[in-house]
Amino acid sequence: MAELNIDERQAGDVTVLDMNGKITIGEGSVALRTAIRRLLEEGKKRILLNLAGVGYIDSSGIGELVSSYTAIGKDGGQLKLLNLTQKLQDLLTITKLLTVFDVYESEAEALNSFK
Amino acid sequence: MTVETTELSLPSRIDTVATAAAAVAEFISRSGISDDAAFGIDMAVREAVTNAVLHGNSQDETKVVDITLKSSPEAVEISVHDQGPGFNPSEVPDPTAAENILKTSGRGIFFMRSFMDEVDWSIRPGGGTTVRMVKRR
Repeated sequence: MAELNIDERQAGDVTVLDMNGKITIGEGSVALRTAIRRLLEEGKKRILLNLAGVGYIDSSGIGELVSSYTAIGKDGGQLKLLNLTQKLQDLLTITKLLTVFDVYESEAEALNSFK
Repeated sequence: MTVETTELSLPSRIDTVATAAAAVAEFISRSGISDDAAFGIDMAVREAVTNAVLHGNSQDETKVVDITLKSSPEAVEISVHDQGPGFNPSEVPDPTAAENILKTSGRGIFFMRSFMDEVDWSIRPGGGTTVRMVKRR
């Protein structure tokens, strides 16, 4: 089983990535990077990461979230985060990245925020 | 509770991070440490081993990462040794400083210090760097 499974769905012009597993150095971080690059190549620039199923992330995974955020922003798009686990929220808090990312607990609210 | 010690010697590959984390998880599961502390130890070990593999040994598979785990009634102590040239931890930039927040790397040592009660580095006489991390009970 892959370290990180990513399922893609479309909600209007927002692409939602439902992520399950670990975003850690190696396979998990690479899977996220590959998915984001592919979406940008397809011109999909409004991206919502549903992290409800991500139970673990390391510094490499957090770096990949930052890299995704800046890459999408440079391309004129937006990356937002949905359903952080408590652990991930704690990590983003201590790294002060919670002040950078747009984070939501409700998918409807997150989708509306792109409009 | 007696003092228990385990030693591991692992190759300088990325998959060693998961191998080390699994071994540490198994070790601390026997030590009666809380779930929160176990989470922090897991994070710190992954970051320390990642640093040893990537920065210490530069993924040179002729070099190994040695890990020593000690559990005592007072604390769990983990040492990760690489065969690299060493570095000065005081020169590592603060990843929470405004100018560094959007950097894509540089948070590993910050996590190690955040989750463990003591973290220090030393250069071994025979070469290489050892990071020693302690989580008190």
